[in-house]
Amino acid sequence: MELYKLTIHEAHEKLVSKEISAREFTESVFSRIDKVEDKVRSYLTLTKEIAFGQAEKVDRKIASGEKIGPLAGIPAAIKDVMCVEGVRTTCGSKILENYVPVYTSTAAKNLLNEGIIMTGKTNMDEFAMGSSTENSRFFPTRNPWDLERVPGGSSGGSATAVAAGEAIFSLGSDTGGSIRQPAALCGIVGMKPTYGLVSRYGLVAFASSLDQIGPFTKDVRDCAITLNYLIGHDPLDSTSVKIDKPDYTKALSDDLKGVKIGVPRELMVEGIDPKVREAVENALEVFGKSGAIVAETSLPNLDYALSAYYIIAPAEASSNLARFDGVRYGYRVPGTEDLMDMYMLTRAEGFGDEVKRRIMLGTYALSAGYYEAYYGQAQKVRTLIIRDFNRAFEEFDVLVSPTSPTTAFKIGEKIDDPLQMYLSDICTIPVNLAGLPAISVPCGMVDELPVGLHIIGKTLGEEMLLKVAYSFEQNFGWNEKPAL
Amino acid sequence: MAISEKDVKHVGWLARLALNDAEIRKFTQQLGVILEHAGKIAGLDTENVPPTSHAIPLKNVLREDKLGVCLTPEAALLNAPEKENQAFVVPKIV
Repeated sequence: MELYKLTIHEAHEKLVSKEISAREFTESVFSRIDKVEDKVRSYLTLTKEIAFGQAEKVDRKIASGEKIGPLAGIPAAIKDVMCVEGVRTTCGSKILENYVPVYTSTAAKNLLNEGIIMTGKTNMDEFAMGSSTENSRFFPTRNPWDLERVPGGSSGGSATAVAAGEAIFSLGSDTGGSIRQPAALCGIVGMKPTYGLVSRYGLVAFASSLDQIGPFTKDVRDCAITLNYLIGHDPLDSTSVKIDKPDYTKALSDDLKGVKIGVPRELMVEGIDPKVREAVENALEVFGKSGAIVAETSLPNLDYALSAYYIIAPAEASSNLARFDGVRYGYRVPGTEDLMDMYMLTRAEGFGDEVKRRIMLGTYALSAGYYEAYYGQAQKVRTLIIRDFNRAFEEFDVLVSPTSPTTAFKIGEKIDDPLQMYLSDICTIPVNLAGLPAISVPCGMVDELPVGLHIIGKTLGEEMLLKVAYSFEQNFGWNEKPAL
Repeated sequence: MAISEKDVKHVGWLARLALNDAEIRKFTQQLGVILEHAGKIAGLDTENVPPTSHAIPLKNVLREDKLGVCLTPEAALLNAPEKENQAFVVPKIV
């Protein structure tokens, strides 16, 4: 078997038993990258030298009989929105094209300390704004299942890296679905943890009250393993939550006796491709076999979630992105003599259209005369959405829906129609507004493209969420791979 | 509340984004469609609903007032487009 096909838990056993070395494992992944990267284009930067240095360290540890953790020696990719000291971090933007961070994000550091092998930094929609990775200022990434289609976004490169075998797992960030939607479109597992569970220190901010880092993996067990090392209180992030760290792998069980699964009817109707809906309905039958109770429920204000999100997220973005002014870091337009001209032209050239749209939307929604009608009202709608979820969770342990209303769409199909693109995140956005954890797991194929099942948990309910996802995965038994 | 070209020009100024005429036209149309959709929330009765800024309850977090590790001037200036004598250089202001 080719080593790049291994999961984290399979590889760990082979590393510990010395059946394979971290070096061989890394070589396998990089030769896979050599073979398929021209087709999918997952990476903005490859860090091959760093990777082999890290592999050598792990191999020395193993040779000297030292115990290694489950992530040691595992090749992993990091979305180019998380800072790693000394490694170019672009956020998919021209304004940060040559930015080299002088510190490392906590999430990346937690994994690097565990001995992961960093393969590189992955492509993304500029500043994580988009659902297709077409908004990268460098190049689009292509879906490994069909190279004419998008991988989803904004963490498209992190999703394709795992789906195409160019990394064993990867990190993404999710503000409105940017981990779960590309995971669904690429046929892998992607999770957004509860807001505050993973430190955002060193994550370039898009919408601070919604952003959360999470993993892309090949299966649910790998997701639990990665989560174990990603989380933890961080004094460098004022929104970081303090909890006793559980071992999430202990939650993995395929017995769902008595577990109550709610299906919000608002997420199974309008706007959902009938074939996707059918695939999800078939998938739900699997839960019955593992002893769970599946019933319909309602989130009545869900219709307003997308509208509220497209006021709140741009409002926060317009404020966060004010820091890119050509003074302290990033691109500066050459040859201006006036400070205001320098600001205006630097930002005009440095940002792409989608980022400009969101900055302007946010600025407008926060400006005098419109603040209450837009931003104030959106924050109240956010309360209503949270109340809807709270009510549903009085009765149910988890909620399920499709992750994305469609399978992967064609490159170019929605790029000129921002609102159509925004609708790709209709099922995932409400979860960010409520700060909840959610996961996407593959649940079948429609027209030779993967479909994702979206499972939503209670605040800090990651253990139940992973248990339900694991049980589904075990009983559904899906094992398709892209023919790349 | 349809957004006009004048509004877009003004917002571009507030957001420090230089826009040419073609961009103003394009963004006015696109932002109009998005705002029309976003405007759906206007009709919702929220009279007694408190606003939410964060999904989890937060309070101010303050660290101890002690000197910690910080960036050296060289590190802080590493990515500066233009620098001189441990300072960021910008075009003349006054």
